[in-house]
Amino acid sequence: MDKNKLLATEIAGIHMKTPVMTSSGTFGFGEEFKDFVDLNKIGAVVVKGTTLKPRSGNAGVRITETSAGMLNCIGLENPGVDFFLEDILPRIAKYDMPIIVNISGSSVEEYGVLAKMLDVPEIAAIELNVSCPNVKEGGIVFGTDPVAASAVVREAKKNTKKPVIIKLSPNITDIVGMAVAVEAAGADVISMINTLMGMAIDIERWKPVLGNITGGLSGPCVKPIAVCMVWQVAQVVKIPIIGMGGIMTAADAIEFFLAGASAVSIGTANFVNPAITEIIADDLAKYLDSKKLQNISELIGKLKTGNSK
Amino acid sequence: MGLPKIAIDAEVLSNETVGNSVKKLVVACSEIAGQANPGEFVHLRVDRSGLLLRRPISIADTDIDKGQLTFIYRIIGKGTAAMAELKSGDTINCLGPMGHGFSLDCENPLLIGGGIGIAPLLFLAKKFNGKASILMGGRTTEEMFWPEIFKDFVKDIFITTDDGSMGTKGFTVTALPQILQDNNYDRIVVCGPEIMMSGIAEIAAAHHISCQVSMEKRMACGLGACLSCTCKGNDNSRKKVCKDGPVFWAWEVL
Repeated sequence: MDKNKLLATEIAGIHMKTPVMTSSGTFGFGEEFKDFVDLNKIGAVVVKGTTLKPRSGNAGVRITETSAGMLNCIGLENPGVDFFLEDILPRIAKYDMPIIVNISGSSVEEYGVLAKMLDVPEIAAIELNVSCPNVKEGGIVFGTDPVAASAVVREAKKNTKKPVIIKLSPNITDIVGMAVAVEAAGADVISMINTLMGMAIDIERWKPVLGNITGGLSGPCVKPIAVCMVWQVAQVVKIPIIGMGGIMTAADAIEFFLAGASAVSIGTANFVNPAITEIIADDLAKYLDSKKLQNISELIGKLKTGNSK
Repeated sequence: MGLPKIAIDAEVLSNETVGNSVKKLVVACSEIAGQANPGEFVHLRVDRSGLLLRRPISIADTDIDKGQLTFIYRIIGKGTAAMAELKSGDTINCLGPMGHGFSLDCENPLLIGGGIGIAPLLFLAKKFNGKASILMGGRTTEEMFWPEIFKDFVKDIFITTDDGSMGTKGFTVTALPQILQDNNYDRIVVCGPEIMMSGIAEIAAAHHISCQVSMEKRMACGLGACLSCTCKGNDNSRKKVCKDGPVFWAWEVL
């Protein structure tokens, strides 16, 4: 079994050694996990959400565990794009891993400015965050309106030659309509899903558990929703989809591929086992081999519905 | 740049009750025990259905010869309740050693602990080989099983209880000024509720004694990536409690 051959893939021109990536906000800048994961073998790293100016994030409790999941309200804490470019990027660029930068703007123009600043050789792609549920400026206002989301995509495309990924929010009625709109606007890739808006209450104190009152729900509990949305969107768009939402094992990842994802991204599971991306990639290769497939591409969208045999 | 961190399934050797809702867990984990320093913690994962995230627990003691790690923890929520059910022979996943521990460059330190915050001070007291004294605060006598645990490893033990059932009635901050008047300490190290640590740090500053504090925050990754545990530094920088801490100089964060 040639693991490298089985897993090697390409999305919108981004060459990846495996189709297993890491989700923004759950893997820092990659280097935090170097004791556990060989960064030179990882599919791609989507680094922490970056904004034009540094942000200190939300006050108070920022995470809480829920049934088979967790809520977070970090609030896009990050050191700002200048610090990222000057201080962090040179350090992580020494690894042979595609670096994708997740960006959030408070206006359409800001996405363009960020896209332009990040159009540098060390960066493989940008991911537009129009779906952070935790900050007003985190893009959710763009992520719930197909017209606004399309404007963000066009502005980003105008300002960078890199592939533009847009990360969709599940907190809308019609995610398919949103996907169709951003594809028409020129998005190269769709990543989905961001967290679902959620809330937990302390019944002794009669207060919200989280400092921000509400947060984003992630982990195994959201996986069926994510698989369903990926499947729905995959029916109608031609651009590749990066599937994510509660993937803890290769079996979970395989569901996303069958539903139509071209790659998967690991989020919450990194907190449970910091070595999980490699384990999932290895197990995925074993699965492909056991099914006598030559490459991951042969699995994408192969879900059988109806009476097909 | 320290040694690489390790994630490993460790065997539970014992998990006994030492006080009301407080248990002592001993695990076989020579890999982490061998390189751990006082003030550092281990990010623990109990594999149990319905439980997802790790729980950061400070190291209360190590035995390098036997390759053992000891944690003294209070049962507070779902995670620690699951830990409390572990029996010898079970496994618990240990990720560590995590964080940045106490500074040891002093001759006559006073360690101050409130409640379960006393736990990491045991590892520190042992490191000081009898040079350290300790001021410990709890709510009632029932919570004060600690003197027995510390007595062979420290110089003096001072005790406060909220209800006065043991030692001085009141809080550690109530007792501290008199203790400082009667002794000559060159360092104060405090671990407990943040409000208590702020009070202690203020008194330490007034007496021109350097002070280290151990912060507690909820954590997801423990590796400095998720930013669940950050706090504001006094220089306006953001501090990661998991990585820059949990031990800080008081002037850095309070």
